[in-house]
Amino acid sequence: MSLTISRAIVDAILEQSRAEYPDECCGVILGPAGADTPIRHIPMINAAHSPTFYEFDPKDLLALYREVDDKDEEIVVIYHSHTETEAYPSRTDIAYAGEPGAHYVLVSTREEIAPATEFRSYRIIDGVVTEEEVSITA
Amino acid sequence: MSIEVRIPTILRPYTKEQKSVEAAGATLSALITDLDAQYAGLGERLLENGALRRFINIYINDEDVRFLGGLEAPLKDGDSVTILPAVAGGSVDSL
Repeated sequence: MSLTISRAIVDAILEQSRAEYPDECCGVILGPAGADTPIRHIPMINAAHSPTFYEFDPKDLLALYREVDDKDEEIVVIYHSHTETEAYPSRTDIAYAGEPGAHYVLVSTREEIAPATEFRSYRIIDGVVTEEEVSITA
Repeated sequence: MSIEVRIPTILRPYTKEQKSVEAAGATLSALITDLDAQYAGLGERLLENGALRRFINIYINDEDVRFLGGLEAPLKDGDSVTILPAVAGGSVDSL
């Protein structure tokens, strides 16, 4: 298991996480159905506007899934930022993880490691978290 | 009375991997009862202690059922129901 993703999208996500600090940021990366290839980055609004919680607005969520269906795409990556803690899924993240086929990416912009950042990817299936390798391409 | 219900990936093991199923009911509550009768165990993934689970969003046509009366939301022939897992989480273990 691994995630292959472009440097441009990684940089855009890290930039979003800094721009929305101290709130958590979130979004998805879509790709062609069945290809497991993240191509189309879609930043989403964190409807919770919170430093410790994120949530897609239910209306945005429905619109997103409609678009995915209409364009014959899939949600390849679901990502969010942790602003003060490690980029590792919390119990809340695990409880909510509802896409067994998606890569769950967490980034961290916590101060202890600044200016470095973390960008890590996981599978979360039936409550079990498995970290996977991330390959960043040019 | 026939209502199309769209099933998210995570619940398709209950529906023999069907993306969309047909069910009946004059309210969302009755629809879920019918779904559970057809696909055993599905009801429990939608309800907890008789209320809608917070990890799940249900829509009638384009509207979130939370704004339509929740489990009492009325349904009519030809309506389309979409079930989606909420996308949410956070750094604090609030659960």
